[in-house]
Formats: sequence, C-alpha cells, structure tokens
Amino acid sequence: MFDNPALLKAIFGRLTLESLPLHEPIVVATFVVVALGGIALVGALTYFRLWGYLWREWFTSVDHKRIGVMYMVLGIVMLLRGFSDAIMMRLQQAMAFGGSEGYLNSQHYDQIFTAHGVIMIFFVAMPLVTGLMNFVVPLQIGARDVSFPFLNNFSFWMTAGGAVIVMMSLFVGEFARTGWLAYPPLSGIGYSPDVGVDYYIWALQVAGVGTLLSGVNLVCTIVKMRAPGMTMMRMPIFTWTALCTNVLIVAAFPVLTAVLALLSLDRYVGTNFFTNDFGGNPMMYVNLIWIWGHPEVYILILPAFGIFSEVTSTFCGKRLFGYTSMVYATIVITILSYLVWLHHFFTMGSGASVNSFFGITTMIISIPTGAKIFNWLFTMYRGRIRFELPMMWTVAFMLTFTVGGMTGVLLAVPPADFVLHNSLFLVAHFHNVIIGGVLFGLFAGISYWFPKAFGFRLDPFWGKMSFWFWVVGFWFAFMPLYVLGLMGVTRRLRVFDDPSLHIWFIIAAFGAFLILLGIVSFLIQIFVSVRRREQLRDDTGDPWDGRTLEWATASPPPAYNFAFTPVIHDGDAWADMKQRGYRRPLTGFRDIHMPRNTGAGVILAGLSVVLAVALVWYIWWLAIVSFVALIGYAIAHTFNYDRDFHIASGDVTHVEDERTRLLAANTQAG
Amino acid sequence: MSRLRTLVLLPLLASLGSCSMVVMNPSGDVAAQQRDLLVVSTALMLIVIIPVMALTIFFAWRYRQSNREARYEPDWDHSTHLELVIWAVPLLIIICLGAVTWMGTHLLDPYRPIGRVAAGKSLTPGARPLEVEVVALDWKWLFIYPEYGVAAINELAAPVDRPITFRITSASVMNSFYVPALAGQIYAMPGMETKLHAVINKSGDYEGFSANYSGAGFSGMRFAFHGLNDSDFQAWVAKAKDGGGKLDRSSYLELERPSENEPARRYASVQSDLYKAILNMCVEPGKMCMSEMTQIDAKGGLGLAGIYNTVPLLYDKFTRRGTVFGPAPSYVASICTTEQALAAATNAAQPALPTTFTPILGAGLQRPTPMSIRLPSRSATGAFRSPFNS
Repeated sequence: MFDNPALLKAIFGRLTLESLPLHEPIVVATFVVVALGGIALVGALTYFRLWGYLWREWFTSVDHKRIGVMYMVLGIVMLLRGFSDAIMMRLQQAMAFGGSEGYLNSQHYDQIFTAHGVIMIFFVAMPLVTGLMNFVVPLQIGARDVSFPFLNNFSFWMTAGGAVIVMMSLFVGEFARTGWLAYPPLSGIGYSPDVGVDYYIWALQVAGVGTLLSGVNLVCTIVKMRAPGMTMMRMPIFTWTALCTNVLIVAAFPVLTAVLALLSLDRYVGTNFFTNDFGGNPMMYVNLIWIWGHPEVYILILPAFGIFSEVTSTFCGKRLFGYTSMVYATIVITILSYLVWLHHFFTMGSGASVNSFFGITTMIISIPTGAKIFNWLFTMYRGRIRFELPMMWTVAFMLTFTVGGMTGVLLAVPPADFVLHNSLFLVAHFHNVIIGGVLFGLFAGISYWFPKAFGFRLDPFWGKMSFWFWVVGFWFAFMPLYVLGLMGVTRRLRVFDDPSLHIWFIIAAFGAFLILLGIVSFLIQIFVSVRRREQLRDDTGDPWDGRTLEWATASPPPAYNFAFTPVIHDGDAWADMKQRGYRRPLTGFRDIHMPRNTGAGVILAGLSVVLAVALVWYIWWLAIVSFVALIGYAIAHTFNYDRDFHIASGDVTHVEDERTRLLAANTQAG
Repeated sequence: MSRLRTLVLLPLLASLGSCSMVVMNPSGDVAAQQRDLLVVSTALMLIVIIPVMALTIFFAWRYRQSNREARYEPDWDHSTHLELVIWAVPLLIIICLGAVTWMGTHLLDPYRPIGRVAAGKSLTPGARPLEVEVVALDWKWLFIYPEYGVAAINELAAPVDRPITFRITSASVMNSFYVPALAGQIYAMPGMETKLHAVINKSGDYEGFSANYSGAGFSGMRFAFHGLNDSDFQAWVAKAKDGGGKLDRSSYLELERPSENEPARRYASVQSDLYKAILNMCVEPGKMCMSEMTQIDAKGGLGLAGIYNTVPLLYDKFTRRGTVFGPAPSYVASICTTEQALAAATNAAQPALPTTFTPILGAGLQRPTPMSIRLPSRSATGAFRSPFNS
C-alpha cells in the first residue's frame, strides 16, 4: 500500500515524510522541548482532573470575562513564540559578520522574520487587545455580557485556530518566506510553490473570521447595550476607543479576507490577479493589503490610547482633561486611518502629487494624536499622581511614543521616505510605536484590570522589574536600529559585510536580551502573584479608586456582572456614584436571564482548522469532508434551542450577601 | 526614566559622530536634498516633541502623590484656551511641514529630471545625461549602458557631476534599487518601468543594494557603485569593452537563472533591444511583447480568438523562469492576423501547456520539484564576498 505513490498522494496530498523539517536541528530541538512541555501540561491536567473543569468552565464558556481572559492567555503564549523569533533574528544579525553566515540559513531565517511579524500582529497584539476589550467593555457600560455571547466564544476559538495553524507550520512543513505581508509575485505559486504561503493565507483567514465577528459583536454591544443614562458622550474613553477600533475592524478586515482570497485563487486555481503575466498586477495586492494594513495599526493603538486615558485619569485622581476633544480626536483618527495607506509604498512610483497627498494626510493624523498626548499631560497637571505600575507604563509610553510619532511623521515626508523606506530606521519606528504604544498600553491595562479579573493585584516588585527591563531593553534594542537605518542598512538582511555596523547589532541584541528578562519577570510576576494572592487580595472590587463602572462590581465580577443594571448620570459613572454616596442595593434581587455555555465554538473552529490544513496540503478529500461537516454542524447548531437559563434570585442573593459581608469586613479592617 | 534616557543617549550621540551615516552624509545632490528635508522636518517636529517630553517629566515629578504642596484640582477637566493651543500648535507645524512636503516631493520626484548638479552648480547646457538601464534579477543587478553598449553585473559606474537617468525594471519579483549615497530608492517591478534621476558629486566607491526582500539570495544582492571622474569613467568603459563577453538574449536567459552572491563582471557588448525585451517580458523567443499586445488591443484586439492566444503571453506564472525546473519553454510565434491567431491557437491549445487545469480534482497546480537551487558555497566564493569593499 505504501509503495503506491498515487494512492499516498490521494490520501496525504503533498504531505510526505520529507515535509517534516528533520534537517533543521533548531526546529527539531524546539519540537522536542515543545512536545515535552505539552506532554507535561497534558499529564498535569489529566492528573489533577482538570479537563472537565476547563471544558465546562472555560472552553465552552460564553461569559465575556472568561473569553477575555482566554484571549489574554493566547496572546501571552504567542508572545513567547513571537519573541523567540525576535531574539533568533537579533542573534543571527549580531553573528553574521566578517564572512560568518551566522547560524541560520536563508530558508530558516526568512521564515523566522515572516513568522515574527505575523505572530506579533495577529496572534499577540490582536488577541491581547481583543481580550481586554472583551473583558472590560461590557463591564464599563453596565451590560450583562456582549450582544452575541456564543459568537464571542466562536470568535475566540477561530483566533486560537489561526494560532494553531501558524504553530503547526513550525513542525509540519514550513512557514512563508515572504515577509509578513506576502507581497506577490514572491508569494505567488511560481516563486513560493511550497506550503509556507498557504499556511500564511489560511491561518490569517481562519483568525480573520474570528476578528471580524468579534468586531461586529463589540460594535453591537457598545451601540445597543449601554446602561440607561449612558449617552454616547458619557461613555468611558476606553469604550469609545473600543468602539472606533471595532468599527475599523468591521470595515478593514473584509479587505484582508478579500485580498487573501484573491491570492489563494491565484495560487490554487490559476487566476491572474497578481501575476506578472496575463494582465495581473502585483501593485493591486500592495494597495489592497495596506488598505487593510494601515487601519490595522490604529486597530491596535486606539484601545491602547483608551487604556492610557483610563489609567491617567484614575491614578491622577482627576477627571480626564478634554474628554470631548479626546473623543473627537479618536473619531478623526478612525476616519483618517483610511486615507493614508499609500505612505507604505511611496517608492512604488505613484508620482509626486499622489505621494504628497498621502504624506500630508499622514501628517494630519499626528494632530489628533498630539492632542491626545496633551490631554494626558493636562490630566496629570494639578493631579495627584500615584505611581502604581499602570501609571509607570503610561509615563514610559508618553516618553517613548512621542519619539516613535516623530520618526513616523518623518517617514511620512516622501523624499525622506525614499532614503529610509524599508530600512532599519523604519523597523525601529514601527517597533517604537507598537512596543512603546500598544505593548506598553497592554501591560498598563493588564496590571490595571488584573485585580478586577482575579480579585487580587499583581505583585508590584516583579512588575517593576518587568517594567524596567522592558523599557530599558526597548531603548537598547531599537535605538541602534535607528542609527543603522541612517547608515543605510535595509531590513531582512541575513549577512553583513561592513564591520562598522557590527557594534550596533550587538547593542540591539543586548537590548533584546533585556526584553527577554522583562518577559521572564512578567511571567514570574504572574506566578508570584498567584502564590501570594492572599496578601494581594482586594475585596472591595475597587483597588485603585477607579472612576468607571467596572469598579462598581465585585472582583472577580459575578457571572451576571451587575445584580441591578446601574443608572448613569455622569461621565465618570462610578466616581460620580461614589461622590453622591451611592448605596449598593442589598435586597430585592430577581432571576437573571443568562446565555448557556456551548461547545459549538470549539467544534466549528476545530473543523475550520482541519479544513485549512487540508487545503494547505492539498488533501482534497479531507477538505471536502471537513467543509461539509463545518456547514452541517453550523446548521445543526441553529436547531439547538437550549441556549439560555436563569440564575435564580436566591443564588443572586447568596452571591451579593457574600459581597456585602466582604465589604463590611474590609471597612472594619480598614 | 529621564536620567536613564540621558545615560542611554549620550554614548550613542557621542559615537554617532564616528560612525559613517551615509544617509546623513551622502555624496549625491538628490540624496543631500533628501537629507536636508529630513533635518528640517525633524527640527520642525522637535518644536512640539521637546516641550511635550519635558512637560511629561516635569508634571510627573511635580504632581506626584507625595508632593502635598502641588495644587490638586480633581474636577478641572476643561480649558478652552488650552484646547485651542493644543490643537493649533500641532496644526500650524503640520501646515509648515505640509508645505515643505508638497514642495520637496515635487522637486525630488524621482521621475523629474534633476535641475542642478549640486547646490550652486547648474547643469551644463546641452549635456546629455548618462542613461543606465537597471534590471533586478534573482539575485543580482544587471546594469546596461545603451550609450556605450556595455553592461555590468553587480557593478555600476558613473562620472561625477553628470546627471544619470535610471530606467529600472525587474525580471521576476519586486526589488528596490537603492544607492544611499546617491539618491533615494525606487521599486523595481517586473513588466513595469520606474525611473530615477540622480547625480553623484564626489568620486568614490559606494554601496548599492536591493531594499526590498526578494527571496533566498536577497542578502547578497549588493553592488558597488563607483563615482568616477570623466577620464576614469572612460577608462572603465574601455576596460569593459576590452574585457569581452556579449550579452544577448540567450546569454541573458542563462544569466536570469537564480544565483547568489554574484561577483561583479562586465560585458563588452549588449544586444541593443535587450532591455526593451526584458521590460516587455519577451526575451524568450516566441513570446509576445507587452508592447505588441497593447498595440493589438488598441486596434481592437484579437476578438474571441484572443482568448486562445495565451502561450505567447506566458511568462512566469507557474514556475520560476530560467531555472532548470519547470516545463520546457513552449510557444507559438507572435500573431498578426486573426487567421494566424486561430491557427496558432489550435496548434498551441493541445500539447504544450505546462499545467493541468484541474486543481479541484487532483493535486492542484503542478508545482516544480522542491526548490533546491544549487548555490556556490560561501567558502568557495570567498573571493567575491565583498567585491566592492576590498
């Protein structure tokens, strides 16, 4: 049977034993480590009999808070992978001097820088941002859950499915060797005939479904499910940024889906959208992918801006300065983000007028962004700043991000871009805004909302360790890249000739090492915090003297969030309630109508992963089977009418009484 | 934080003086003007950036919780005057920067012939610019000098203070043609032509490379750019002419095959229409040039018969061109009349198409055998590791 190639091909498509990267010792070693870790994890889960618990309470959960936490876990796990890629690149570039080839061949190195970009954007930044929005937004607007709780669970599992596909490419086959946006013709079937680009396409398509649906969900939630009295202009700023981000997602992600669909048509059925011959035009791909790609960076940064607004206002003990202008700045950024995509390829020869137009629109975005920075600045002005960890991240952000913003505007000047495009200066710039903006924001958000999610704070010592390693590491890792860019060094190079560059790459590698320590400290911080949770516990539900509604409920919040839907009278709703001597209702609880957990999301996403893998490897029978199963199961699930239940008023009373007791004990102790 | 920044930045700034920042210190007038724009824009932005960073540090320190002397106004959240300032100041700066950008972008448009040799040095009237045709190949650069009939691989030379006009294309995938000391970059794209006008003002050896990732051999896709005075340039051309070697269509097809870390070398003569054929994707005999196709289309096209007329248009759709993999070239001669087209199409449609078009049923597009381009090992090629630095 096994000596019949036609049969093997029918069964396994182009998947053969040679597809396993056994010739790459680094990958094999990684696989061994991951496999051992995986076995240990599975063993531990089985030993402690946690599978049932995980399945019932987490995997099938439609609770936005649990889904939010799962997004965060996914993002952090993928951060480890994405960062491994980063440090491997830094090592290679620090080593490959003076005739040395470094330790990575081009086959491997080119996959690494592609995977690094894809993973960091799609499977680190996006899940972390989405996770925070998922967790915080319904709480901030006084809702029980998102508009479509099952869809939320399904979205998460699709995102996780995309991550699974990317991770699989590490050990079965290979990933794309094209750069993270896979420009054709290089990503076409002629120049990338292997499975790498197909993995790329299907990972992003599967995850893209999740992102798009979660965007629809959150837009609906924010528009329709705000507590009574919360007008649009009384929404917390984070919710505003979440709204704008999700509007961007809903408008931008279909473009990505479409352009990747066109690329896969080129690769699978021989169409000519982006080919060199037969009237195809790769420039269309470049345009389309950046029409998604530029809004994407605002999708990431806007929620981070929201986090900084909440954090600044809370830790300065002050209303946010210029709430209205902050909101309009956010909306202006949202709209303008669609008018700037061409600045990613001034060098494609568009002509001076077109280039100037896009250069100037790009600069215009810096005006509302600048206004935001000033608003945070004047929120600090005459405030009383508590330098807890989230506030430290915020100040570090303000100092780091302004530099990134400046270099960004610099790159928006087309003639300057001609000399800096694709250089390490550019690489330094976008890391400067993505690490200094998005990532610092996410860390601020994590340490800010962690006590809300788990009922205890994160350990401040290890948090500060992580903070300093990250911030100092960032400056060490990326300032040399600015210099290298000005020395005319382009990105994605694997080996170097010029010995005068060497020292800068070594400094950058040292910075990456500091960031590694920052990540390790962060993991230790979580571990230590869990160990010390009793000392770090917060029973009030409001550890930071917060100003928005999420701090009005218990930490962790009960499944139903609020026993009674709060009524809003002012912008900083919870600060206003506290000021006016709000008394928590203690009686009169009613049954609460809740959505029921379902495993449909896991199953649908699982089938999608199978379908994607079958398409990657040309296993047509499996593709057909999984596609039919996917559609069939989705239809079958619509006949599942057992979707809701009621939390009995007695149970609500029980939970709320417990909180009353804790609050009373806390007041006495305090 | 602030102290730390100074600590980090000071040694960097100190060492910046010693390292060669070619972008900040170029040798060509275009690059120098681009550098000036860079400096002006940075200075304009620092007007806002520095106060913001200083205020951040100052406010963070001044309004810290332990400082009970600082005023605390928890409900102060609006000031029309301040709002006006924080929107207006960036706006004014962006208006200035926008004006600078508009002018700079038009003046330094790579398609625009240069207007001067250097600051305060105008063009010699009547002097013809040096024409260079640039082709990005996998993974090396081909430079053709139509005026002199010579060509070079991974080596570019130009006389000092004479304007250069580059016409740039690519044979396979996107690259970016960039000589930092000379002028900004522009993409090289297959089947398309981009242009770049520049001038080099100082003689010397500079580095050029591809600034857009183009596959496995990308790192080695560098070339030497020699700025030479007139007599040295003439000598360079003469040496190329004496060196022998002819670049015609068949040797180009040989050259086009993927290779890495190519040493610099020259060709004494070049087939005159070669660049045009490369640009129009019709170097291979029997391929229809894009220019021919557009002409046919302009006259109304071939009608229904045209849809069969695919083989002469096939360029690199299914396989990397010029490699030993993939199908043997197959073609019909170019088509002029409807009858011929029909006849050719019937002939061509049956046998030679490289691929089965039944992807859903079977194995999808037939793909070439795994890409294992035989590369010269690094040690064997040590002699040309850095052809231009040594």
